[in-house]
Amino acid sequence: MTDDDRVFKALADSTRRFLLDRLFARDGRTLTELESELEMTRFGVMKHLRVLEEAGLVVARRSGREKLHFLNPVPIRLIHDRWIDKYTERQVSALAELKTELEETA
Amino acid sequence: MTTKTESETTVQVYRVYIKATPQAIWDAITKPEWTRKYGYQAAAEYDLRPGGMFRSVASEEFQAMGMPEVVVDGEVIEANPPRKLVQTWRFLWDEQVAGEGPTRVTFDITEDDGGYSRLTVTHQLENAPATAAWLAGSDARLQEGGGGWSWVLSDLKTLLETG
Repeated sequence: MTDDDRVFKALADSTRRFLLDRLFARDGRTLTELESELEMTRFGVMKHLRVLEEAGLVVARRSGREKLHFLNPVPIRLIHDRWIDKYTERQVSALAELKTELEETA
Repeated sequence: MTTKTESETTVQVYRVYIKATPQAIWDAITKPEWTRKYGYQAAAEYDLRPGGMFRSVASEEFQAMGMPEVVVDGEVIEANPPRKLVQTWRFLWDEQVAGEGPTRVTFDITEDDGGYSRLTVTHQLENAPATAAWLAGSDARLQEGGGGWSWVLSDLKTLLETG
């Protein structure tokens, strides 16, 4: 699997997207905190966090006795820069061309 | 991106895997001829020893858009090339962010498999919500699509991998 595959796979799950949203709202949470917001076993939440960590979307850091989870937005930025920019640019330029064409013929 | 609404985040962590040696990444962070080629294209000047000075000089283009000449300053706390750099970091864009005072940033570079290296940027932002918003790319004044560390690191990866 490539890095992009891992990111897309990690994002293709509503629980994992929910976890990312929670970390976006406030970073640096423990497993216990994240678990308290989900109707899911601790083991289930751990498994989802591991997929997110493997995709690089979550980075865990030790702080004393606690393991804190941080959202790492860089992989999403990479996908944005490599894929989404590419396609939206084309749409924008197509619209710009359409506008020029319509204005010239008007 | 929207602004964070819950209690303030005080640490931001960014990680990227780059197909380059730790030395190449170290140089790209600490040498002005490299820092001018990606992100905000400011020229970084470092005196790489504890207590050494750091400053980042905005490009003429950014200065023309209203950035001060020295856009970030700080002090080196620890320099262990090409693995670890710890420094203070004060953003001088405007009075509000400059007034929040110096924050602390750590760059960790480790070798990974397959010719990749892992770069982790950990930015401690206690009592610096405006600086934090900038770095997270959620300040409204940034161009659409955000900016901040994610954007800078994505650009750094592209530069080192594709030139």
